[in-house]
This record gives sequence, structure tokens and C-alpha cells, in this order.
Amino acid sequence: MRVTQGTFSYLPDLSDDEIRAQVQYGLDNGWAPSIEFTDDPHPRNVYWQLWGMPMFGLEDPAGVVYEVKRCREALPNCYIRVSLYDPTLTRQTTALQFIVHRPADEPGFGLERQDAADRTIRYTLHPYAADQPHGERYRGA
Amino acid sequence: MASSAGDGQTATRSRWAAGVIPYKEMGYWRPDYEPADSDVIAAFRITPQPGIEPEEAAAAVAGESSTATWTVCWTDRLTDYDNFQGKAFKVVPVPGSDPPQWIAYIAYALDLFEEGSVPNMSSSIIGNVFGFKALRALRLEDLRVPAEYLKTFQGPPHGIVMEREMLNKYGRPLLGCTVKPKLGLSPSNYGRIVYEALRGGLDFTKDDENMNSQAFNRWRDRYLFCMEAVHRAMEETGEIKGHYLNVTAPTMEEMYERAEFAKELGSVIIMIDLTIGFTAMGSMSKWARKNSMILHLHRAGHATYTRQKNHGVNFRVIAKWARMIGVDHIHAGTVVGKLEGDPAAIRGYYETCTKPYNPRDLMIGHYFDQDWVHLPGVMPVASGGIHAGQMHQLLHYLGEDVVLQFGGGTIGHPMGIAAGATANRVAVEAMIKARNEGRDYLREGPDILKAAAKHSPELASALDVWGDVTFDFEPTDTPDVLETPTPTA
Repeated sequence: MRVTQGTFSYLPDLSDDEIRAQVQYGLDNGWAPSIEFTDDPHPRNVYWQLWGMPMFGLEDPAGVVYEVKRCREALPNCYIRVSLYDPTLTRQTTALQFIVHRPADEPGFGLERQDAADRTIRYTLHPYAADQPHGERYRGA
Repeated sequence: MASSAGDGQTATRSRWAAGVIPYKEMGYWRPDYEPADSDVIAAFRITPQPGIEPEEAAAAVAGESSTATWTVCWTDRLTDYDNFQGKAFKVVPVPGSDPPQWIAYIAYALDLFEEGSVPNMSSSIIGNVFGFKALRALRLEDLRVPAEYLKTFQGPPHGIVMEREMLNKYGRPLLGCTVKPKLGLSPSNYGRIVYEALRGGLDFTKDDENMNSQAFNRWRDRYLFCMEAVHRAMEETGEIKGHYLNVTAPTMEEMYERAEFAKELGSVIIMIDLTIGFTAMGSMSKWARKNSMILHLHRAGHATYTRQKNHGVNFRVIAKWARMIGVDHIHAGTVVGKLEGDPAAIRGYYETCTKPYNPRDLMIGHYFDQDWVHLPGVMPVASGGIHAGQMHQLLHYLGEDVVLQFGGGTIGHPMGIAAGATANRVAVEAMIKARNEGRDYLREGPDILKAAAKHSPELASALDVWGDVTFDFEPTDTPDVLETPTPTA
């Protein structure tokens, strides 16, 4: 399966030039880029690990593209995303977020159902990758 | 008596004589009055009966929406009446109106309103004046709500920012779809449509306003099937999905019962209809905040009083009240869809819902500066006869903080419901990407969609069926050119 989180997951994977253009848009708006990675794609896994610090004050998007490349080389079996953060009063939130790298094989999720009384069901989404400990997930195709 | 339009003190003799005197002379017409920052100010469009001067009509509205009755009552003198009287302070003719209309500005002291109560505010301002014989017609156009009063409200249970953080979705319009046919489907068939639309790429599906708990589709069964569908779609996409479970019911007790069950099944969102009333909306708002539930409002019935230009309440005011009462979503128009809508007015509604500050701008119907003092924004919802081929126009007119709801434009897709959903998702992502790359997406929209369709047979098929953008829609103030060729369910 293909995890479709992020702003552009229904489009073909972005090239480095396309990543640069999106980051440029963010910088033009005063947003700060950051790069994050994870091997747990649960949609409520908010806190992916930061690859370095958020890049406040960055002027050239090339710096992001360069770090994305380094991150991909170091962690080819992780999901990697670029986030652009808007610190404006009343926003103070992510403004744009898109996946820039994904593992070759995405095993996806299982849906666990806990049957309760009166046909009530409690649902739990379970990423198959999480069956393995960190570092041993998505070991490559 | 003609000279007695003063402040109540200089008008003492005629003001307090028993009997009927003009409202103007009872202190409700105050051309010298300078509104305080803490006053509520209303802009009314008034159409007086022939022979009634606009100042008297405005004073009558001020009087009946505050302290007055039809005759002089000495008991006013037990109060600091000058404080409590509504004060009409300006009337401005509406150019070209026939019969002649005026915009009347009326100020109300903060003391007139109960803290945190839109039911009270609406009872005061629109409660008693709309049937007034001295007026042919009356419309409340806008309200300036002062910071002092806004700070007695908590507003949306979550608001736009928190909704996006709860859903983990940023930087693009959210996508939805109302299940069609909106009545008649059994719960299990209904759930199938939810499943297909969500797994195909939409973020939300929706009960319609009149889908409550009829014999063919009882609420508890529908909730069970819909939440199975929602979770199956989450499993297949790794995204958070939701179905607006309509909890509208005959009593508060039943609404709470339905909402609790939606929560138990893991829903992120419920919905209510405007027909439940302001008080029930307030109760559900508190419940939604307490239970981490996004609250969708369907503005069912609003056009009965918002649509006539000379009479009723402008939707702008309903949007303000909804933001104060506290909902997370509100239907606010599409511009390009099947329902009539003036682009400038709709832009005004969207800004009323979403912005931290609305400057006075008569071109979009804002009569006042409105500072929302950091009350969270409400996500506007565009629904009714829109399709993927209009994506560039939708983004241009409505921005990215919006839920675009494609009902027929999803379910009517020739390759199936999931394909219809995918077509919409590909279109919105492609358009956002192009906009961010600095392209003139409004003009190049059709080309951007065609290029995206090369990678998406679903989008190609949608453009085939519904026309790959059929009109060059110039921004305009006229509301009568907005028919679309969209087939509607």
C-alpha cells in the first residue's frame, strides 16, 4: 500500500527541483522548514524524529534539498517528510507538510476490532512495521 | 417637538408626557452620539413605509430592540434610561433603491447583553422589530461585536488550526462528500458509499441535514456501519478520516446520546443542523470541546431569512454568531457551484469565518472593523454542484482553509465512487502544487489539470465527463451568472 499522508501523496513522487520549489514558497511566506523521519507511519504519530533543527532564518531552499539527500542516504528505509512551520500569531502551526521519501515496501496497517456489548466495536489501527523494534523495520526490498 | 431630538434631558417635557410620541423624540435618535469602543453596533437596511422619515424608522428599530414600547412609560425614569436605550446615530441612503432604503446604524450599550449568550443577543437585536408596521422591510446587515463581549465566548471547540493538527492534514483544502441519495439508503448501503469515498482519497463524508433517524436508517445502525467504513478507509490509506455523523434530534437528551455513541465508536467529527437553535448549538459546542470532537454545522433553513436583500438577516451575521457560539465547520457558499452566490459577498463570509481581523470593506459587505480578539477561526464548507474541473476556481475564490464537498462530483464518477474521490484528491494536490510553484493557476488551471490527469486515469475520466473546465470565470459582483453545467444528484 501507499501511505497517503501529507499534501502531495496522490501525485508522483516529487523531484528535488519540485521539493525546492515548495520550500521556496514556504520561505517566501516566512515559514521555517524542518526535516523529519520515522519508521512508524501511524497517522496519529505526530512526533517524527527531527533531522537536525528546524531551519529558522534560512534563505536558500537548496539547504533543505541538501539535507533531504543526506537524510535519504542515511535512512533509506524510513519515511521522510518536509514540514513548513508558520509562527504567525493565531497560526503557530504547520502550514505545509509533504513526504519526500518512503520505504521501498510499505506493508501498511491492520485494523483490530475489539468487540464490545451491543455491537459496539473499538477500533485500533496497527502499523505492521511496528511489529519489529525500531531500526529493524523496513529493511529494504 | 421637532427640535427635541436631543439626549432625553432637553426633551423632558414631551418625552415624559403620557401617550404616544415618536420614537425619535424618546431619545432613540441620537445623531450626536459617538459609539463607545465597547458598544455593539448594528447596521440595518430599513425600508420605511411611505411617509415615515428614515430617522424615525431607525429610532423605532433602536427603541424596539432595546428598552421601548409603543407608549411612554414613566417607569423608564426608575432606570438610567440613557444608558439602556439603543441609539440610532446615522442613516445613509442606499443609492438607486426603490422603494427607498437606508442603512441605519444603531449602537447598544454592553449592559444590554448577557455574557456569552447569542440567544440573548439575537433576541435583543432581531427579536421584536421585524414585524414592525412602520417598516415595509428590515434587514440586519452586519454587527460590530466589541472585544469586551467576544471575550465572554470561547468560540469554536477547536478551530481551523487545531482541526488540522488533529487530522494531521496541512496546506490544502480538505475534501468531503455528502452521501447520495441523501434519504432512502439502508445503513449498510450507506456505509459502503462512505467506505468507497474515503478510501479513494477524501478526508470526510457527510450525512445530509435531513438524515437523522428515520425508519429506513436508524441512527445507531448508521453510526455502526459508517464507523466501520471510516476505519477500513484509514487502514487502507494510513490517514485520519471522518464521517460527519448528524446528531440532530428532537431533544438535547437524544443528541447527547447520539454524540456519546459517535465518540464510543472513535469518530473524530459529528454534525448538527442550524434548525436545532442557538441554545442547542451552544450545548453541543461545549460537549464537542469536552470530548475532542470536531463540530460541523449544516446551515439548514438559513435561506428562509438570509436570502432576501431587503428583509431578514444577512448570512454574515449568522456566521458571526456561529463563530461566537462555537462550531468548527459552517457551510458558507461555493461561488462556482449550483447554488447562486455573489463572489464578493461569499469572500466576505469566508473572511468572517476565518480571519483574526476583518477591516471595514463595503465591497465584501463588511460594514465595520471586526477584531476577533484571537477567537479561533471556523472552517468554511463549500458544497453543492462543484467538481474537480473547477479546482483552480475553487482555490482562487475560497482559499485553502475550506472543506470542498463533491457529492455528485464523487459518487457520479463513471469508474466508481473511489475513483471519483481520487480524481478530486489528485486535482486539489496538483493545483496546490502549481500555486506554490508560482504558476498563474487561475488562468492555467485547465492545463494543470490535464497534465495531472496524465498520471491519473480517474482525473482524466472526471474531466471527460464533466468538461475540462467550461467557463472563464471573471471576478464579478453580479450573482446571476453562476450556473454551472454540473449534473446534480
